[in-house]
Amino acid sequence: MEIFWYIIIAIVLSIFFILDGYDFGTGIIHLFFAKEEKDKVVIAKAAGLFWDSNEVWLVAGGGLLFMAFPTFYASVFSGFYLPLILVLWFIIFRAIGLELRGQFDYPIWKSIWDKSFGISSLLMALFFGVGLGNIVRGVNLGGVENGVSTYEAHYFFLPLWNSSFSPSGTHPGVIDWFTIIIGIIAVVTLAIHGANWIRLKTNSSINEKLKSIVSRLTWVLIALTIFSLAVWHVINPRPFGNFADNPMFLIFPLLYLAGIAGQFFAPTYWWKFCSSSMIIVGGITSSLASIFPVILPSTNTLNDSLTIYNTTTSAYGLSVAAGWMIIGIILLAVYTIVQKKLLGGKIDDMDYGH
Amino acid sequence: MEDMIFYDRLQFAFTITFHYLFPQLTMGLSLIIVYFKWQYLRTKTEQYNDAARFFMKIFAINFTMGVVTGIPMEFQFGTNWAKFSELTGGIIGQTLAMEGTFSFFLESSFLALFIFGEKLMGQKLHLLTGFLVFLGSWASGYFILATNAWMQHPVGYEVLANGKFVLENFSALFSNPWLLPAFLHNQMASVVTSSFVVASIGAFYLLSKTEEEYGKLFLKTGVIFGLTSSLLVAFPTGDWNAKNVVKYQPAAFAAMEGIFETEEGGAEIVLIGQPNMVEKKLDNKIAVPNILSFLTYQEWDKEIKGMEEFDKEELPDNIPALYYSYHMMVGLGTIFIGVMALAAFLLWRKKLYSFAPLLWVIMFLFPFPYIANITGWYVAELGRQPYLVYGLLRTVEGISPTVSSGNTLFTLLGFVGLYMLLGLLFLLLVGKAIHAGPKPIKH
Repeated sequence: MEIFWYIIIAIVLSIFFILDGYDFGTGIIHLFFAKEEKDKVVIAKAAGLFWDSNEVWLVAGGGLLFMAFPTFYASVFSGFYLPLILVLWFIIFRAIGLELRGQFDYPIWKSIWDKSFGISSLLMALFFGVGLGNIVRGVNLGGVENGVSTYEAHYFFLPLWNSSFSPSGTHPGVIDWFTIIIGIIAVVTLAIHGANWIRLKTNSSINEKLKSIVSRLTWVLIALTIFSLAVWHVINPRPFGNFADNPMFLIFPLLYLAGIAGQFFAPTYWWKFCSSSMIIVGGITSSLASIFPVILPSTNTLNDSLTIYNTTTSAYGLSVAAGWMIIGIILLAVYTIVQKKLLGGKIDDMDYGH
Repeated sequence: MEDMIFYDRLQFAFTITFHYLFPQLTMGLSLIIVYFKWQYLRTKTEQYNDAARFFMKIFAINFTMGVVTGIPMEFQFGTNWAKFSELTGGIIGQTLAMEGTFSFFLESSFLALFIFGEKLMGQKLHLLTGFLVFLGSWASGYFILATNAWMQHPVGYEVLANGKFVLENFSALFSNPWLLPAFLHNQMASVVTSSFVVASIGAFYLLSKTEEEYGKLFLKTGVIFGLTSSLLVAFPTGDWNAKNVVKYQPAAFAAMEGIFETEEGGAEIVLIGQPNMVEKKLDNKIAVPNILSFLTYQEWDKEIKGMEEFDKEELPDNIPALYYSYHMMVGLGTIFIGVMALAAFLLWRKKLYSFAPLLWVIMFLFPFPYIANITGWYVAELGRQPYLVYGLLRTVEGISPTVSSGNTLFTLLGFVGLYMLLGLLFLLLVGKAIHAGPKPIKH
């Protein structure tokens, strides 16, 4: 049952990162590459029409995590207090950027909210990547000082960084040189993904230019991925042990590789978008698989890592929820498909009826 | 520890108060929009369709605000109330996850369709999407109230040896006797807010002599919905809730009503007065004898327990705030019924549209349902103190053990600043939409 819920939540959150991921990516591309007003309008719209229904997947994923793994939810949300509140603020600035830019016709008004949308998207992508880096690196569970826990064994608190920015040792911060690499990987991945979305959904004049940007970013991504794998042993002494023990897990990195290959070889915009979705899902699942069944490693030897087994609720609760969740997932899929179908096609050609 | 809990509570109170300014409008407004849209299909009068479209614009602004201020609420369960989340997540996580999965989803997906898809879908489907937005927003309210009902009156749980609450009976969460009265009361109150807003915009158009035809329509609709919902808030839904509080949280009831001592031969109802916590009595009170006993039990001389009978540890920790919140809610609710009854009478005599004094009152009345809604929630939340889960888990036991008060103060100040900015931008947008007015669609 724990594994079932772990998979469900991983799927829901992966869908969130695919869907809202293109909004982040659209924001990053908007920030750096959209120069002309007509491109800015249409690119902002490519995210603006969808961000709130995409965000729903975050709310649903958060709620499911809360229900199925309450101890994990409590530990991680309080432990990563500062970065999470920052992410909340970026969510707000992203949303108001998108909603407000078209409201008044002053150039300065538009550029304020364009920056709000772009910079928040960039920082959210970075922080979500840094978050994933923290999850695989682990934290000082129990707040161990001189061999004694200062909190209950499953709680911790991380500062935003420590002065050495080093991922090794028992007192890591949220941002260190390892997690920032994962953060940059997330930014590059989502920028590729957002560029693909823009090419799929708009006729903007930078679409041609985005083609070469995507291939350049893909090379950057390949280089960063190789580098991160080369240094992975810093945070995990048996970096690929899980894959050696369970060869089935290799499907996740293969998904990632296939997605990267898709950036060069996929025939249509739609397939390119699917490929960048595969990079996102492959990247997240590979990272999670590398520590499974642990979901938050402990960096000290005193307290045990959090796993899907020691953070969950009663079997009864999990199984009732599985019942309604099946209906829920069908509904979620139906809503999403209906909405995307009805608002399908290129944004520029759309007739909104008002 | 003391200031940790103070800042955690203050941050939650502040962020949820600000958040609830928006859903209370959208829940009620979605009903009124469906009504306009339905009237349009029935009568083919274009004006109704313009009205539906106009209020959907206001709805959309409020919805966005509701989403961006709502996500912090879900996060804060984990960030600031980690211990509470850890212990009760297996239960309230159910209803919260259902809210995200079923209702919030429905609402946001179909909102985009309602706004952008009118031409695409045709009128009947457009009405259907409007109805689904309404259904989604009310279902959201239902699941949130189910969550709160469990905290007010826990049912269907089991406590494990490690102190964790786990679910024992899923359906009990929805047959909780606290839930239905609280849900209906809350929804009616949100219809009050939205109908007062609709009526207020109508009065504004009439008084400023712009968009007068729309002004009349808004005013009429607002008054009819406003009177009906104001009555339903008080009776029967308010009454049901009060009876639940007497039954399940008698200490909170005594504090709400300001009863310090148990009275022989029936309790009086306090209309006004200030709780004096030193001398344990009400100063300057005006009260009517025996009414409270009658309202509560339909018996004039039935005894109602005063605060003196409860252990100090069981009494709410801020009795004056609870007392004042409750009396503000009830007082405002009474005023709403009075004003709307008068307006409805004048509407019937065909004098409302030209009776400027009442139009002015209606135009400026719209903030007060917000205050009544918020104070109503303060009654529920302050009344539940000193517990998070009534009778089982104290508020002090629920906070995050690792988040220092300095961190919470920092983020609280951040929220205050950010929400101030949001509030200003919100007013700017709504003002702009009202200024632009409901325009007939060009064919």
